Amino acid sequence: MEIKRTKVASQATLPSAEGSGNDFRVRQLRARDLLRGDLSGADLEAHVEQSVLTTTFERALNWARSNALWPATFGLACCAIEMMSIVTSRYDSARFGAEVFRASPRQADMLILSGRVSIKMAPVIRRIYDQMLEPKWVIAMGACASSAGVFNNYALVAGADKFLPVDVHVPGCPPRPEALIHGILKLQRKVQGEPDLGWRTRYRAEGTEELGDPTVPHGA
Amino acid sequence: MPDATGLELIAHDLRDQVPGSVTDTQHYRGIATLIVDPQQILATLTWLRDTPNQAYGFLASLHASDYLPATPRFGVHYELLNMDRVERIHVKALLDDPGEPALPEIDSCVSLFPAADFQEREAYDMFGIAFRGHPDLRRILMPEEYEGWPQRRDFPIGGEPVLFTHNEPKTPGWYE
Repeated sequence: MEIKRTKVASQATLPSAEGSGNDFRVRQLRARDLLRGDLSGADLEAHVEQSVLTTTFERALNWARSNALWPATFGLACCAIEMMSIVTSRYDSARFGAEVFRASPRQADMLILSGRVSIKMAPVIRRIYDQMLEPKWVIAMGACASSAGVFNNYALVAGADKFLPVDVHVPGCPPRPEALIHGILKLQRKVQGEPDLGWRTRYRAEGTEELGDPTVPHGA
Repeated sequence: MPDATGLELIAHDLRDQVPGSVTDTQHYRGIATLIVDPQQILATLTWLRDTPNQAYGFLASLHASDYLPATPRFGVHYELLNMDRVERIHVKALLDDPGEPALPEIDSCVSLFPAADFQEREAYDMFGIAFRGHPDLRRILMPEEYEGWPQRRDFPIGGEPVLFTHNEPKTPGWYE
């Protein structure tokens, strides 16, 4: 059987920049020439225009951070069951870069408080939060982590933001995995410096949020 | 589960062997209960565990309760199980409330049933019942520096007030 191979056109003539510049093959050859130092003049200009994107370093960094928000493996109560299911094939938080539950807080970017926070557990959570490296974010998942929910009694801390800064509150009892993924998407927008204002837009309260400078670590 | 007659037979034997132990019996909704003098609780449990034709060798549960308006106020409950006959018997000791800083006291049965260790700690944690002779009597669920006995009936539920529609101010525009 004869296999038909198109030759790698080392002898192919390079079309001019105004020509079929969108052709992948042309761009490939042009990049090769650039690396050899053969590209100059109008061709070089065209190549730079096509292949270079300018942005600020911070924006690029935050974009990279927001697309790899690794959560800590840390479950508190029944919400943790829903949290575990966001990485299953049905919900697949890998689509948003948040699938790698790290077993060590040193490697995690995000702490999901999935369940009720008891008075006895609060110092433990605070220690795990302190062990995480900057930059780090916290999602309070469900009614209990946000406000003690139905367990509003002597044993619980009513609201995890009493002892650590919470970035996103996900309502629900427990929230569905879709809701948690929605919270992760909101957090991504926040990390990128363009937070969804949500109710602030609705009630015309823009400018009242406490965002802080993303380059300054928490507590600095 | 011993039937009502069987319970009376057990109570009769117990009164013979451990004088002054059983103060009352109760057979209610299929649960046979021996109400026992708290001073005699260890002797009673030992007899129920070691007597050959009783042999309630397994402590299925140890828990406490608070019957606040009633006196005696506290109950300590022992659920014993015989695994061969699959028979359960419920032993209840009623304790008076000695008044605030003092705690109601009863003998610890950890020496008889090692499973009672954590359960007595839980009863101590939630109801403030002191088990004499417990190897390590400290709080098990609440923080160690916690004050109060949260499952007692006179203990406030705690938490923070939540605004529901039934307790919101009725004035229109109160939230502004």
